[in-house]
Amino acid sequence: MADQTGGLKRFYTLFAVVAIVGVGAIGYLMSQQKRVIIPVDVTVQASDTAGFHGYLLGSDSAPVEITEYADYECPHCGQFAVVTFPDIKARLIDTGKLRWRFRDFPLNGQTGSRVAAHSAACASDQGKYWEQSAKIFDGQGSWALEPDPADVLRGFARDNRLDLAKYDVCMTSAKYAGRIQADYESGGRLGVHATPTFIIGGKMYPGGLAADDIKRLVDSLAQRPH
Amino acid sequence: MTSSDWSIPWPNALTDMRYRMTSALLSLCGVLLAAYLYLYKTGRIGTLACGTGSCELVQFSSYAKLLGIEVSLIGLAGYLVLLALAIAGLSAPADQRPAPVRALLVLAGLGVLFSAYLTSIELFVLHAICRWCVGSAVIITLIFGAAELDRRRTAR
Repeated sequence: MADQTGGLKRFYTLFAVVAIVGVGAIGYLMSQQKRVIIPVDVTVQASDTAGFHGYLLGSDSAPVEITEYADYECPHCGQFAVVTFPDIKARLIDTGKLRWRFRDFPLNGQTGSRVAAHSAACASDQGKYWEQSAKIFDGQGSWALEPDPADVLRGFARDNRLDLAKYDVCMTSAKYAGRIQADYESGGRLGVHATPTFIIGGKMYPGGLAADDIKRLVDSLAQRPH
Repeated sequence: MTSSDWSIPWPNALTDMRYRMTSALLSLCGVLLAAYLYLYKTGRIGTLACGTGSCELVQFSSYAKLLGIEVSLIGLAGYLVLLALAIAGLSAPADQRPAPVRALLVLAGLGVLFSAYLTSIELFVLHAICRWCVGSAVIITLIFGAAELDRRRTAR
């Protein structure tokens, strides 16, 4: 009986040591800085895109719609977003003539672009997609060459007054990795191979377009009989 | 596993307990492993120590959820139940209190089947291996082995 009690005591001692070491290790890992990893080759499932058809800006009743496929790390996309897009927004989108649809097209090998795309997606959870997207493009030079851009992107989220606790959980969970991949695959099916690429009136326009060119196209399409 | 491996004498009634002690320790390891994976998946732990494996790919694939529930959470719940059964089995010899031992065997068997399914997904669908998932598969298989040996011993 004494042997049994001693044996059980030793067992429970060993059990407690394993539990303490394990819980301690997990606690230590939870206290460390979280690095955001957005996986590249995720398997897209139906729930990733349920109810999602790109990020939309503008009136539902706008006569013309433009879909943009862009990569947050791509300099031409950044230039378009910073220089051209505000003009288009003021002249066409805000006036109800145009609806804009943004889709992610992170080029292969640019994993930072997926982290940026995910940052914007997490901002969309809090209704600030376009604010975060604009900040990311505007500050492209400050994060695009960083091996881990998550901290800079988080700073943009803070500047946009996002709830950072919710943002952090969203980012580290990588819950929109499938949505980003779905966008990428949808672009591939359409024949997109460079960024930015615009789809206007069923035609594909690879490369940057000037605001005046886009306005001309929109005006022309708006005058077509529907 | 022999008594000499543990450096613990296994006289009389204590010998009855060794498989359940093994199951309890392995279940605890399973709880810790599943908790680690779940905390990583839910963003509470930033990195997954995976070496050259493909843990992220597996963890963020569509197969990492079952009916909308994280597989790691299912594993965590399963290991907690196994741990409770193994501890309950330590309170009396199996022939006096066989229910926890039988339940442990059945649940561990289901766990082995579930692990086999997940491993086949990794190998044949995702073509990627998560070392932690392999670790979990080994743990559940060892628990099942210990429970089966316990059943055979008490059936004699």
